[in-house]
Amino acid sequence: MKARVTVTLKNGVLDPQGKAIEGALKSFGLEGIESVRQGKIFDIELISSDPAEAETLLKAAAEKLLANMVVENYRIEILG
Amino acid sequence: MKSAVITFPGSNREGDVIRALHQASGVEPLKIWHQDHELPQGTDLVVLPGGFSYGDYLRCGAIASRSPVMDAVRSHATKGGLVLGICNGFQILVESGLLPGVLMRNAGLKFICKMQHLKVCRANTPFTSAYKKNQIIKVAIAHGEGNYIADDDTIAMLEDGNRIAFRYCDAEGDTEKGNPNGSINSIAGIYSKKLNVLGMMPHPENLIEALVGGTDGRGLFASITAYKGAA
Repeated sequence: MKARVTVTLKNGVLDPQGKAIEGALKSFGLEGIESVRQGKIFDIELISSDPAEAETLLKAAAEKLLANMVVENYRIEILG
Repeated sequence: MKSAVITFPGSNREGDVIRALHQASGVEPLKIWHQDHELPQGTDLVVLPGGFSYGDYLRCGAIASRSPVMDAVRSHATKGGLVLGICNGFQILVESGLLPGVLMRNAGLKFICKMQHLKVCRANTPFTSAYKKNQIIKVAIAHGEGNYIADDDTIAMLEDGNRIAFRYCDAEGDTEKGNPNGSINSIAGIYSKKLNVLGMMPHPENLIEALVGGTDGRGLFASITAYKGAA
């Protein structure tokens, strides 16, 4: 089974990299960009095919390592 | 004084801190590999040195903070043992939860490698007794992710609990003008509640010889030695 964990900065946490990317995009003359926040995506292959089991496992992976819960949020998607 | 310097894949300042500790205490620190599960019997001080553990992959210090040896470091700290994390070592300490907050990318996005003044916020700790309160010292900084961030409650807890170890400042002691990386309240280093764990971004271990920039870093190692007793 395939799954995706997306890690993003919590609201209100300053994201200097996102700001720099935002500045670069705007400097290309791309109109209509309000703001950019940068995050990370982890595509993970799982041995189990039980979605509930996968959810528990990925929650542990996210909270133990993938995300720093002080400043980051995570989202789990089971891709099937 | 018995000290153990932990080496992770990608550590690169372990030699500098071993030299500084040897100079201050007369005893050669032991080098401990990150896969070890135990610290040597009778260890007084554990040092997490600077460098780029695991190539700074994922987040600086994140993977190292989950190394086998970190359980032993955590239990050493819980028992009141001294722990010093410098630069990447500070990042490992916040990632491991031994110290609060997080070290984000520098506000200016650049890796900063330069001499930097610091204000010693308090002198009555195991790490700073050789300094005077509010003394301005000159050490080195070399980091890309040293921007100390924490939520308002955590900052209030650190400030009210007198747990700020060092603040960045300029030569005159102005902490606002001297802030190189955007850290909240110019925080350059913090203590644990019991003052036995210190995490700091600057490198005192690189300022121990007059020939190479100055000796303001010696005080930190002299303080630890005085606290634990020399050889």
